[in-house]
Amino acid sequence: MYGFEAMTFNVHGGFLEAIVRGYRAGLLTAADYNNLCQCETIEDIKMHLSATDYGPYLANEPSPLRTATLVERCTQKLVEDYSFMLTQSAEPLTTFLEYITYGHMIDNVVLIVTGTLHERDVHELLEKCHPLGMFDSIASLAVAQNMRDLYRLVLVDTPLAPYFSECITTEDLDDMNIEIMRNTLYKAYLEDFYKFCKSLGGATAELMSELLAFEADWRAVNITVNSMGTELTRDDRRKLYSNFGLLFPYAHEELAVCEDFDTVRGVVEKYPPYQAIFAKLSFGESQMLDKAFFEEEVKRLILTFEQQFHFAVFFAYIRLREQEIRNLMWIAECVAQNQKGRILDGVVMIF
Amino acid sequence: MALSNASSWLHALLYISPYTFSALGIALSIGVSVLGASWGIYITGSSLIGAAIKAPRITSKNLISVIFCEAVAIYGVIVAIILQTKLESVKSSQQHFPESMRAGYALFASGIIVGFANLVCGLCVGIIGSSCALSDAQNSTLFVKILVIEIFGSALGLFGVIVGIIMSAQASWPSSRI
Repeated sequence: MYGFEAMTFNVHGGFLEAIVRGYRAGLLTAADYNNLCQCETIEDIKMHLSATDYGPYLANEPSPLRTATLVERCTQKLVEDYSFMLTQSAEPLTTFLEYITYGHMIDNVVLIVTGTLHERDVHELLEKCHPLGMFDSIASLAVAQNMRDLYRLVLVDTPLAPYFSECITTEDLDDMNIEIMRNTLYKAYLEDFYKFCKSLGGATAELMSELLAFEADWRAVNITVNSMGTELTRDDRRKLYSNFGLLFPYAHEELAVCEDFDTVRGVVEKYPPYQAIFAKLSFGESQMLDKAFFEEEVKRLILTFEQQFHFAVFFAYIRLREQEIRNLMWIAECVAQNQKGRILDGVVMIF
Repeated sequence: MALSNASSWLHALLYISPYTFSALGIALSIGVSVLGASWGIYITGSSLIGAAIKAPRITSKNLISVIFCEAVAIYGVIVAIILQTKLESVKSSQQHFPESMRAGYALFASGIIVGFANLVCGLCVGIIGSSCALSDAQNSTLFVKILVIEIFGSALGLFGVIVGIIMSAQASWPSSRI
């Protein structure tokens, strides 16, 4: 019952909710970013970060520090926070937290399969995988030649198995249908997660359905923009859109036939919440689209912390931390390549 | 007339001893108050423990929230003690006199008022206390502001106590000299 979860939420969730809010307080602020932007070398960045939550993770790294190592250590912090929460949590929060990692699992599967297709070394690929999306049999993904094998040999034992029902074909894997597989899986995952959140009820359902609807719409726009001028047919494109969200169903019909960025803009701008995103972009400009969406997402994620007694804060924290790590990676890359003027182009301020 | 029928509900209710009602009133006043207090303490406490990991400075300040919840149980104890002093023995022939019945019902109602007022008061203070701990951990200037809300919340239980005590003053048993 909406509003009454305050009475019983704390039995299982109170301790962890307070912890995750403590973690949130450790996210970098605008002042931290200002300092980081002044850095001349990666060593300076490391020095600035030593006063934050990342300090203990970077302390024992020998100089010279590479960007990849920096990002890896910071991700380590996220993973340790996550596994702490997972071990402390009770149902249904455990399932909720596990759902958050499925997105990374899909990305990892796609990464390995694409990498193998281009004859890259499996160990090299495994290092690139996001640690949140690891599962036991991930290394054996390389043996699969087509979707059916992929499913039968490896993925049937993972939580992703139910999402595969839509995309089992005997076709050989190639770049195109791997990308379609990624989007079909992600669609099934988002819909499943959405249904799960709805079943939790209360503030969790309300906040999470908005966040997931935003994500589904964002993916719909991305799929449209990326599939323009490819051999993907309109019907196939239509099938990749998730069946919920603000754009569902009318805008999906319109997006399916879009052939250039300005028509996409025309379709999505009809929805008031998305007007602000497109208002930041000048006409014909699609490069900044991702950044505009990231900024909007961060804004929405922060708002979840305004309410208490719900699970969306866990989702928001992990997403914000990921965004922060992306920011750090961008800053470190800019510093390493002497492109300091471009730092602000890629950083999404969180607070 | 329903009363003449010995198997009717009304008959049964009227012939329950007023002492049963008095005892139930006393039990409810303390039992339900303690339920409210403990409920509030766990809501506050679980958040407080979690928030204190990253911001240990909040622990001693936020003990106030726990004390506010505890006060709710103390109200219940006080009223239960007042109510039980109102209990007097009467001769068994006078047990169902209107005055005895009134005293029994007065104690019963007083117990219900105090018990349930304190139950919701404890919940209210507990939920605010948990928000108080979380917000204090983020920004220590918020503590005093939320504490004011908490004080207003804990006043709710006091209303119940006042009405309960006035109500119990109605309980006077027939004098045993007759």
